[in-house]
Amino acid sequence: MLKSVTDLANPTRFLAFTAKALPVLVGLTLALFAVGLYGALVLAPPDYQQGETVKIMFIHVPAAWLSMFTYGLMTVSALGTLVWRHPLADVAARAAAPIGAAFTFLALVTGSLWGKPMWGTWWIWDARLTSVLILFIMYLGLLALWRTVEEPTRAAKLAAILILVGSVNLPIIKFSVDWWNTLHQPASVFRMDGPTIDGSMLWPLLVMALAFTALMLTLHLMAMRNEILRRRVRSLGLAAAGGVA
Amino acid sequence: MTASVSAADPARANGLVVEDLTVVRGGRRVLEAVAFALAPRGEAGAALVVTGPNGVGKSTLLRAVAGLAAVDSGRIRLGFADGVAEGAEAAAACHYLGHRDAIKSALTVAENLAFWRDFLAPPAAGRNRGLGDLSIDAALDAAGLLDLADLPAGLLSAGQRRRLSIARLLVVRRPVWLMDEPTSALDRASEARLTGLMRRHVDGGGLILAATHLPIDVPDAAELRLAPAPPPDADDFSDGMPA
Amino acid sequence: MSALTALFLRDMRLAVRIGGGAMMGVLFFLIVVTVFPFAVGPDLNLLSRIGPAVLWLGALLASLLGLDRLFEADRDDGALDLLVMSGRPLELVVVVKCLAHWTATGLPLVLATPFFALFLALEPKAILATMATLAVGTPALTLLGAIGAGLTVSLRRGGLLLAILVLPFTIPVLIFGVSAAGAAAVEGASFLTPFLLLSAMSLACLALAPFAAAAALRAGLD
Repeated sequence: MLKSVTDLANPTRFLAFTAKALPVLVGLTLALFAVGLYGALVLAPPDYQQGETVKIMFIHVPAAWLSMFTYGLMTVSALGTLVWRHPLADVAARAAAPIGAAFTFLALVTGSLWGKPMWGTWWIWDARLTSVLILFIMYLGLLALWRTVEEPTRAAKLAAILILVGSVNLPIIKFSVDWWNTLHQPASVFRMDGPTIDGSMLWPLLVMALAFTALMLTLHLMAMRNEILRRRVRSLGLAAAGGVA
Repeated sequence: MTASVSAADPARANGLVVEDLTVVRGGRRVLEAVAFALAPRGEAGAALVVTGPNGVGKSTLLRAVAGLAAVDSGRIRLGFADGVAEGAEAAAACHYLGHRDAIKSALTVAENLAFWRDFLAPPAAGRNRGLGDLSIDAALDAAGLLDLADLPAGLLSAGQRRRLSIARLLVVRRPVWLMDEPTSALDRASEARLTGLMRRHVDGGGLILAATHLPIDVPDAAELRLAPAPPPDADDFSDGMPA
Repeated sequence: MSALTALFLRDMRLAVRIGGGAMMGVLFFLIVVTVFPFAVGPDLNLLSRIGPAVLWLGALLASLLGLDRLFEADRDDGALDLLVMSGRPLELVVVVKCLAHWTATGLPLVLATPFFALFLALEPKAILATMATLAVGTPALTLLGAIGAGLTVSLRRGGLLLAILVLPFTIPVLIFGVSAAGAAAVEGASFLTPFLLLSAMSLACLALAPFAAAAALRAGLD
């Protein structure tokens, strides 16, 4: 059904391809969630320290992974826009941004919910949480830029530049926040997910991570379809206006 | 907006050669496959006047040549005996006289001019063609502004500001003048002075690409008439991306 | 005179002649510093402890204040078009404009710091440390702001968006700047480590930000 990756550069073929691929992806997502949630909620034992609240981890950690994965995907798309001028690159970046913001928000909320029983407070300036918060603000800034620039081609280029600047900055921000955190907080801070994790918890976590990734890809393809159709509608509107200046 | 004046020289750019220039803005094809050549006639230069109704893309054509409008396809080359330039390098061999005058109100008339004289780089091609490299005083004199040299530019009238931006073309020598409605805001005497300068530029081997909807008095100027484009293709995927 | 010197002098002249950009920034800085004790109370011990942070926040906000005009004035009157097609590298144009902007607005903040530090009961050592970090750190703020200014130059009222886009990127500068500045007030804290990291950050901004800002300016042309 798909001869080569370059075929995807063509919006019409992309729509045809995703029309076939989406049902498969949706099915895969549902199956992964079924297995993952069963493993996480039923099979995995409660933590001897944290009790049942540890199960927030099965949502929190995959959401946090996905928040970064999505930004990585947007970075590749931004390169596609600026370097290769790939026709679908901007569509991909634009469709990914709200999804990335949503996963980041989910990671923040679940982190906060997890923190309340663990630390006795909704929020602590833990290095990890703080970095995720900054990532969330950067997503919102990108969305604001897209909304503000009216001309689509210009919006695409400007957003791509901002995404790249952000991807250069994110590791620096992460490093500086870690540094700041150790400076202000003694090492007694509770580590959310230490390296030692029991196998009975690990496999549901990995399945949940896969399920989240499948969900993200499904939502992304759907959002890309919508974006392409939205632009087609715009082109039709321009055609209806007759190109009269 | 399809138009062509004369076939482009395929071997080596002679003068300003624009091929297959397409500009898409907000999903609308503002210029489509515009091609023309503006070649000097021996030692003398040449002028080309772009005409057409409002919104037909005259300003966009000039901005595209100046490297200020994103071009979707096409090639812009500039060639003279002393070199060939393309793209941004060709743009840097052009003077652009647009709607906005680039005048700083807080600087004096002479300071405005001196900045551009010091800042603008010499062109990569056509270094000794056309009118230019005048002293500040000579340029102000040519624009009829010599008495106002030490006045803050903010005090100038619209016509005087226009003349000051015209004086900018004279302090650095660049072979191509891109002029968007050059006579706007000018009275009859200033207009005559401007056409005199344009004539001197062309006589000195310079090229002029002027967009106007008013008749302009440049001898032997060829005309490039832009016509409205057909309505955009409904199946055209956003912003010139092929469907 | 070289082209870049001409540009620097032009921007300096404009900064001096219009609106008193330097004065406004310093005044804003003063007001931020003045407002802080009303929020946290007049306890001098507390103020001297958080003083470097207050000064850094004031300088950060004051630096961002005028940055939306960095390219906007040139865009509004068409000068940006001519700068782009001048034949000079746009990246260098950005660097020179940032240098002029910093000299006109950032440097006065650094020079005003010792006076404002007295309001916050800072020790001489802490005052020196804060000045040094601001002198090294504010150029990074200007350069990062130039990216935001380039991105928002084509927008009307882009000032708020500029702050939203740029502030996350300034967090590392703020962290290392305040850490180094505050090190003088804390026993056993190292000044040199965060100070060197801050310097590295400024240099990295100088190397990379002009490319991003110039790319944004080119993308914003119409």
